[in-house]
Amino acid sequence: MANWKKIGAGIAVIAVVAAIGAGGWAWHSLNTVASNVADDTTRLADFKSTDQAAIERGEYVMRLGDCSACHTRENGKFAGGYEIGTPFGTLVSSNITPDAGTGIGSMTERDFFNAVRQGIGQHGMLYPAMPFTAYRKFSDQDMHDLWAYMSTVTPVKHDIDENAGMKFPYNIRLAMAGWDMLFFDNSGFRVDGSKDDAWNRGKYIVDGGGHCAACHSPRNMLGAEMGSAYLQGGNLGEWFAPDLTSNPHAGLGTASAQDIANYLQTGSDGVAVAAGPMAEAVEHSTQYFSKADALAVGTYLKSLPASATQPGPVQPVDTPAMQKVALAYEVNCSACHGLGGEGIEGMVPAFKANHGLLSSDATNMIHAMLQGARAAHTHDRQTAAGMPAFDWKMDDRQIADLLTFVRNSWGNTATPVAASDVGRLREFLKASKKMATP
Amino acid sequence: MKRRDLLRSFGAAMTTSALVSPAAAAELKGFPEQTAMSADHLPRPAMKGGGFQVFTQENDRKILAAVFDRLIPSDKFGPSASEAGCLEFLDDQLAGRYGEGRALYLEGPVRPENEEAIMGSPQFTQTPRQRYEDGLKALEAYAKATDGVAFHALSPGRIDEILSGLEEGKIELPNGVKGKWFFELMLQNAREGYLADPLYGGNRDMAGWKMIGFPGARYDYRPYIERQGENLKLEPVSLIPKD
Amino acid sequence: MTIERPKADVVICGLGWAGSVMAEELTRAGLNVTAIERGAWRDTSTDFPPAVDPDELRWTTRRELLQPMSVETTTFRNRMDQTAAPVRNWSAYQFGWNVGGAGTHWAGMSWRFTPWDFEVATQTRERYGAAKAEGLQLQDWGVTYAEMEPYYDRFERIAGTSGIAGNINGEIKPGGNPFEGPRAREYPTPPLKDTFWMREFREASERMGYHPFTLPAGNISQAYVNPLGVTMGPCTYCGFCDFHGCGNFSKSSPQACILPALMRRPNFTLLTETEVLHAVKHDDGKTAKGVKFITKEGEEGFQPADIVIITAYQMDNVRLMLLSGIGEQYDPATGKGTVGRNYTYQTCGTVNAFFSDKYTNPFIGGGALAVQIDDFNGDNFDHGNLDFIGGAGIMGYSTNGRPIQNMNNLRPGSKRWGSAWKEAYTRDYNQGAGIFIQGTSMPVRDAYLDLDPDYRDRHGQPLLRLTFDWNRNDQNMLRYLTDRSVEIMREAGGEDMIVENQAEESWNPYKQHSSHTIGGAVMGADPTTSALNPFLQSWDVHNVFVVGASAFPNNGGYNPTVTVGALAVRAAQAIHQTYVNNPGPLVKG
Repeated sequence: MANWKKIGAGIAVIAVVAAIGAGGWAWHSLNTVASNVADDTTRLADFKSTDQAAIERGEYVMRLGDCSACHTRENGKFAGGYEIGTPFGTLVSSNITPDAGTGIGSMTERDFFNAVRQGIGQHGMLYPAMPFTAYRKFSDQDMHDLWAYMSTVTPVKHDIDENAGMKFPYNIRLAMAGWDMLFFDNSGFRVDGSKDDAWNRGKYIVDGGGHCAACHSPRNMLGAEMGSAYLQGGNLGEWFAPDLTSNPHAGLGTASAQDIANYLQTGSDGVAVAAGPMAEAVEHSTQYFSKADALAVGTYLKSLPASATQPGPVQPVDTPAMQKVALAYEVNCSACHGLGGEGIEGMVPAFKANHGLLSSDATNMIHAMLQGARAAHTHDRQTAAGMPAFDWKMDDRQIADLLTFVRNSWGNTATPVAASDVGRLREFLKASKKMATP
Repeated sequence: MKRRDLLRSFGAAMTTSALVSPAAAAELKGFPEQTAMSADHLPRPAMKGGGFQVFTQENDRKILAAVFDRLIPSDKFGPSASEAGCLEFLDDQLAGRYGEGRALYLEGPVRPENEEAIMGSPQFTQTPRQRYEDGLKALEAYAKATDGVAFHALSPGRIDEILSGLEEGKIELPNGVKGKWFFELMLQNAREGYLADPLYGGNRDMAGWKMIGFPGARYDYRPYIERQGENLKLEPVSLIPKD
Repeated sequence: MTIERPKADVVICGLGWAGSVMAEELTRAGLNVTAIERGAWRDTSTDFPPAVDPDELRWTTRRELLQPMSVETTTFRNRMDQTAAPVRNWSAYQFGWNVGGAGTHWAGMSWRFTPWDFEVATQTRERYGAAKAEGLQLQDWGVTYAEMEPYYDRFERIAGTSGIAGNINGEIKPGGNPFEGPRAREYPTPPLKDTFWMREFREASERMGYHPFTLPAGNISQAYVNPLGVTMGPCTYCGFCDFHGCGNFSKSSPQACILPALMRRPNFTLLTETEVLHAVKHDDGKTAKGVKFITKEGEEGFQPADIVIITAYQMDNVRLMLLSGIGEQYDPATGKGTVGRNYTYQTCGTVNAFFSDKYTNPFIGGGALAVQIDDFNGDNFDHGNLDFIGGAGIMGYSTNGRPIQNMNNLRPGSKRWGSAWKEAYTRDYNQGAGIFIQGTSMPVRDAYLDLDPDYRDRHGQPLLRLTFDWNRNDQNMLRYLTDRSVEIMREAGGEDMIVENQAEESWNPYKQHSSHTIGGAVMGADPTTSALNPFLQSWDVHNVFVVGASAFPNNGGYNPTVTVGALAVRAAQAIHQTYVNNPGPLVKG
């Protein structure tokens, strides 16, 4: 999770900057004038929307933003309590039910706008664990609707001290001001009149509620997304969020907008199957996208120019050494992934022409081999099939060879996987070693 | 590991790699999301390092080897039982849940004659480990009484004679050991060791599988099913291959 | 300490096939369901993936997926004048021991019974006269095949069954079983492929004028999405099916077909490693108020519920009724009482043979991979001049080539040890082929179940006692069927035949090939001869339903699972469509 370590380091630096009291910063990044469209008189605890259409739209906005993923745990719907362990301490997601004492019941709509779109909460500045940098793009209308929806949530009394578990100086919320100054683009969504509605709607979802770039863009030394490599794939340490540009080799170049929509709505486009972190995004958020919105996301992503990533040199798989690996594939993999790497439609990923797996970064495949994985559970695809773990059965070289084989068979070409990469992730994930046998 | 951890954490290595098994009675709501193998369903390879756990006496091992290598001798079809690791296999089996008779119903009342009459063969309330302990003693006592030597010192021909006598129920062993049924137990276990996956200590180099042409721990015969009646010459594969 | 649990609309005791089907129907209808299963949670990728499944010693030989006798066993005797003995070791019984039950480790043979099987009493009397059934305790099921058809269809769609129809709405279809009851439509997935031996069997039986067809299989031939939105994979003919889980989602099972959808429903709760001890009745004895259970850790508890559904294995269904005082124990001397009545089994034989200079490649297999003829099953042939009713399916099967299991499948006269054994096994392993005769089993007065007076389980509750031996009708049937099977094997060119007619010797659980234990809590239209009405509702305690092969008043010449599944769908629909609106007997007794 190297990227996130960078964020931690960045915050540490900025905390120092803030402590010194560098005075001239941040007028723009902390400007909350955009929230002025919201009411500042009625508290959420005293308000219950009766506008059914707004409430339903608001629920949909909640799905776009995937709020419940973090804010709903065993304590009740939206009652928070999800613990996020970090080297700097433990963060806890907040109670966002309308309870006045422990939730956000004492917030006005304007407070709510400030929190969601500006990262300024009732107890101070929010950590970027809350993706307000993306939510900044939410339209006023969507925010009003979300507010209406939140008013219908059942209040739950559940007291949470979000950053009590954070160590000094990371428990100083003000430190975030510096980070915001550097990286927070405090501007709403701007429609591009040269593009059609679907494209604009797609971009609105991708950059706003969907906060796709949070994972799919690489990050700089201070943990901010790199605009120059927008959606070209990001390494999250133990997972890799693939290239979403039209790169034909490792991105969405060969997918249609409809394929992308199918993937978002069902967890599979028939070739790839969402697993790991993306499975959760599909389960909690994207499967609820309307057909039009899912297609809009596809339309927008298909418009992105291909990244410059080139396929690696072809790795021959017809060598005697690789023939042995082919047998290992037949023994271990083909029963589910198919003799021709075709997978099982919608349930088990294909390898043939599964471009998301052909990036030079093979983290996802190594992770799945070591610890298994589970596909998304969606209304349309109920199985959410598990990929079994092989850490106990195969050593680093055996896993690396198998992955190199599938990445270079059936017309695929990709860089070979190094045993040392498998070893590093095995250690990082604390996966088991291969069992000793007689 | 949840996606939320990844998105929100600042860099912790959150690990869920512990091999948690369903150890306790549990209320499940929702689908268990675990992806690692359940600890109690992982293979249990026979790896002792410290040598024999049950057959700690050299003489017991010699008796067993003498019997097993007549049940499965070394010949042109393959190695003997002991060469294939069947002693190590049995030792490991007896040291574990099989030897402890963990699956067996061992409660009384015990009515051996009635049980044998009802079931058509005797039932035992001793564990397999106890049955070996008693059985090997009985074999040794039998050899000393009839031939005046230790069992393992008997000639192969004489051992065959005794085994045949046991198999046919013509030889009774001392101390109430039911010779025919102890023979059946040894025959079953020796051949299990010869034909089980090598991870259990026997079937070394997959000799037993090579002998009969069993391709081992494979899982996909779709490429072969239409080659009806052909000698497929498939290389056997063990569950946890060395390479 | 006693655990008091929140009340559920429905408590389900045992989450195998029957329990999963019931839970799926009832939760979909909005009822709040809690299931209690004494085995552990098991799932495909974490418990029996392809990397651990093909391990014969562990799963077939040591039977680690099955319920051990130390947890609970049964006792057995042939006759009432004997003292029963407990079954101490592994035997023919294959009880489930995990979430998914025996549905996790079954072979997958996915039959419907014939229309005749449901109405044996009436049809035998009408076709052959009452004397034909003398000595048999025949009774109809209270439901006809035609009434069962939609429920069979539903279960097959959930299970993804592979096969080829022989009769669609009365029209006979080439390649299928022309004797089957009319089906509304084709199987969900096409039939499996033939092995060498299946082809030989098919061609030989066809030459003899019979009607071979590929067995309906729960090892499915291609990927399939069932009506619950659950996807299954294609069978790979790996040969590790019965006794094993399925590593690639291709064997019909609660894991592969139902649990992914069921487990995620908010109105479903599952208690694992928790055993139901018995149901508890209200003081008036007319209804049950819930079940008493004990956890793995030894804590007792009570699960209140408005409806109690018992879906354990057949034997345990009967035992739980007796332990709960639901219905009256059957007495073979007086014929009074219904619980324990009409125990039946499966009347089986085998004909094995060898094919010189051929490779049968027995390791290419599937639990339900076989070709069968039904020309001599049920009442598909005239019994006018025969001294029995019923019959058997005759199948040429390719289920597995597991080397330990088959180590005694040798040409006649072969030694089981020494170089002679090694030579024989080397020669015969790849040349063997088998016919399995799976026959009907007819009820008689003195074949029954009750609680054993001497032996107890780990919790101190009495074990179930079986009193059973072959009856003359079934022995006569099997003799006739064995002769027919030998003729087929001869026609197929099998050499060095080994014929085993299991009914020639007294029954005991160690000698049998079949795990199919049937009856004891049977359904029917007459409360004096059946424990359950035709919706599997207790005649005596109307909020208790008992679902399983325990409900069959006689056994067909088929595996029971699909009929169990169909009865479960039917019972569940009766509960949520009718019973919950007006709790009480669904049928007037």
